[in-house]
Amino acid sequence: MFASFMINTWTAGTIVAVVAGVVGFFVVIRGSSFMAHAVPHGAFAGAAGAILIGADPLVGLGVFAAAGALTISVLSRRARTDVITALTLVVMLALGALFLSRSSQYSGEVFALLFGQVLGVSTDEIAPMLVLGVVCLTAVAVCYRPLLLSSVLPDMARARRVDPQILGIVFALIVACATTTSVPVVGALLMFALLVGPPAAARLLVKRAPLAILVSLLLTLATVWSSIALAYLSDWPVGFFVTAVGAALYLASRVTAGILRRRQAPAHDR
Amino acid sequence: MTGSVDPLAAFFASPTVHAALIVGGFVSVVAGIVGVFVVVRGQSFAGHALADLGAVGGSGAFLIGIDQVAGFVGAGIIAALLMEIVGIRRIQGRDIATGIVFALGLGLTALFLYWDTTTGSTGNAAISVLFGSLFVIDQSVVPVIVVLSIIALLLIGAVYRWLLMDSLDPDLAAARGVPVRLTGIVFLIALALAVELSSLSIGAILSTALLIGPAATALQFTRRFGPALVASAGLALASTWIGCLISFESYYWAGRSDNWPVSFCIVALIFIAYVTTRIARGLSRRRLAAAPVEA
Amino acid sequence: MIAARDIRVVLDGRTVLDGVDLSVGAGEFVGLIGVNGAGKTTLLRVLLRALRPTSGSVVESTRRRVGYLPQKVALDPDTPLRAWDVVALGIDGGRLGVPVRGRRFRERVDRILDAVGATPFADQRIGELSGGQQQRVLLAHALVGEPRLLLLDEPLANLDPASAHDVVALLDRLRRDTGVAIVMTAHDVNLLLPVMDRIVYLAHGRAATGTPDEVVRDDVLSRLYGRAIHVVRASGRVLVLAGDDPADGIHHVDSLPPGAGVR
Repeated sequence: MFASFMINTWTAGTIVAVVAGVVGFFVVIRGSSFMAHAVPHGAFAGAAGAILIGADPLVGLGVFAAAGALTISVLSRRARTDVITALTLVVMLALGALFLSRSSQYSGEVFALLFGQVLGVSTDEIAPMLVLGVVCLTAVAVCYRPLLLSSVLPDMARARRVDPQILGIVFALIVACATTTSVPVVGALLMFALLVGPPAAARLLVKRAPLAILVSLLLTLATVWSSIALAYLSDWPVGFFVTAVGAALYLASRVTAGILRRRQAPAHDR
Repeated sequence: MTGSVDPLAAFFASPTVHAALIVGGFVSVVAGIVGVFVVVRGQSFAGHALADLGAVGGSGAFLIGIDQVAGFVGAGIIAALLMEIVGIRRIQGRDIATGIVFALGLGLTALFLYWDTTTGSTGNAAISVLFGSLFVIDQSVVPVIVVLSIIALLLIGAVYRWLLMDSLDPDLAAARGVPVRLTGIVFLIALALAVELSSLSIGAILSTALLIGPAATALQFTRRFGPALVASAGLALASTWIGCLISFESYYWAGRSDNWPVSFCIVALIFIAYVTTRIARGLSRRRLAAAPVEA
Repeated sequence: MIAARDIRVVLDGRTVLDGVDLSVGAGEFVGLIGVNGAGKTTLLRVLLRALRPTSGSVVESTRRRVGYLPQKVALDPDTPLRAWDVVALGIDGGRLGVPVRGRRFRERVDRILDAVGATPFADQRIGELSGGQQQRVLLAHALVGEPRLLLLDEPLANLDPASAHDVVALLDRLRRDTGVAIVMTAHDVNLLLPVMDRIVYLAHGRAATGTPDEVVRDDVLSRLYGRAIHVVRASGRVLVLAGDDPADGIHHVDSLPPGAGVR
């Protein structure tokens, strides 16, 4: 499985894992799993639309990802976030299905966008991934403290002159960027699973944010690498393994964290 | 209008339409009612996840060779229970539980689709599973759907007061002795039923619109549960029936191949209702703010 | 230092605040008193700029560092942030870039945690702490940035009387030493009587402002509440009692004695 034609797969998988591990950490502490589902899955509609008009699917994907992310983050000031996310997602998916039905070209490509084709990555797909991935991670690094504060304690953030609503929009765009980095290669399902499962596990195990991000990254890498290996060996879809390993990791962490915390039994002065 | 056929009469005479109106009627009322609770409890993600997961069950059922309805409903209930087991009553926790179960379900879909080499063009199968149509409902399935809809409503009715208290203020409800865990589970199962039924009828994607749209619209007008439930159910029902009518009639003025799919019509109406109410509310709020306060 | 003029806030059709003024200068201690639902939190959030009033304005002489302590926060127990980390973000939470925190930074955080008595649990997850513990940590977060204005929402609510007394004393000492302005809400006026310069008494969206002696009086409060109120003073404590008129609805306050400055 380490043959030369697999190198692209390992590289792409690694890039995706690093981005997802870092961005996913914030997705999880913000309780934004729905958005982490909606943006990748909605973005596939953009790819379908792009294919329909003969444009570059990556561009269509990026535009829809950004549009979806912006709609969700801007409109959720005025209405419940989860309602807005649901309705935005439905609009995007409906558009996607509309594009698919109108497109004479079969949607094997689009199917790949949903479920992933990481085992067939070509070399020229790596470069854009790397660039977008770096952009993503840089954005997170730059906004790290305000993002962390506004995610956990939005009111206290205001006192520090940090506007949680603006950070919300910035973060949504970061998710859109992460989506555009990964979905063309690994598919929407994979991206969603990676943004939620391993980071959720990490935050249970580690109580300090920087370390938790590192552990999240490592767990996501472990998930992706093992999934690639298993998919290679069994021929089953890699998307299945990613979700299964991610879920297993989360459950294992829940159990481990539960045991550890019961052992610690810290002093309470209630 | 073509020929001597009266389109409206044809609509009411067609047995396909009868089935669609019955199924659509029950499914939409249930969705409208359950949807209000979903919106208030902030469980739109779970609602959407269950819809898609029902589709997983549908494709799995096809593989094993069991009934589609059983597949959808079975998958929905299993998923709901899994979410409850994995999830906790915490902010991040519930969100993550939904996400992980959802992802797992979708991963299984990938696996099923991989195993199911007999289905030719998966894209089209995906579309029909995701979109469905009220007009192609098998007559034999109608009674099952009606019965399951009634069961869903009965479940809600059984825990109604508890559900009300738990949805408005879980901590207060727990303090008052409401069995919140049980209420949550019963609700999640009722949600799974409601969602799978609408997923079967109008497709997984759009069933989310039927669940969330009318409820969100109704809650623009009123904060009280009673009126909201009635309004939401009414809106859902109206959207569904009128959507059926429009779609059917579009055979006549748009031609057979270009007719407007029923699912699209329904969702379009739901959307129009929601967006119009939001804009109207936004305008009236600005007017109120500008007006001087009466002493 | 900061002045809110003629603040009106309408939320969900309900007029929460109806023409309220509040101003506070350096080193002043303003108590914001009223029952639950009177609009204290709302007014505080207007001052924080977290809430835009329906009408009225907030004017700050210059942009100052603000410290805010909310009434309650919703924190998931699994949140990967220790109490120490939360306080650290009180210093640099608004700064961009990757954090580099030296020894002096860390000592500053340790010192403030010690001052509020949070050192025993500084290393635990913030979400796992009890309500009282969390409040101490959040107070440390608010104080560590050396704010010029402190907005505190019911900081004494979870505390026993002795601890409440300690916190009030701490805050009073703080403003005497550093000149920080403090606006604090409470529903019992007694806790703040020893330290308040001015009181803003909120009821039914209207306010009575002035010194405690000017405001905590039968006539002023009766006008404010629209029913008979009796203020009883006994052994240094104040009791605000509702009279025995059957109160049937809200009556608006009309003109009031000039000394109390009611709007």
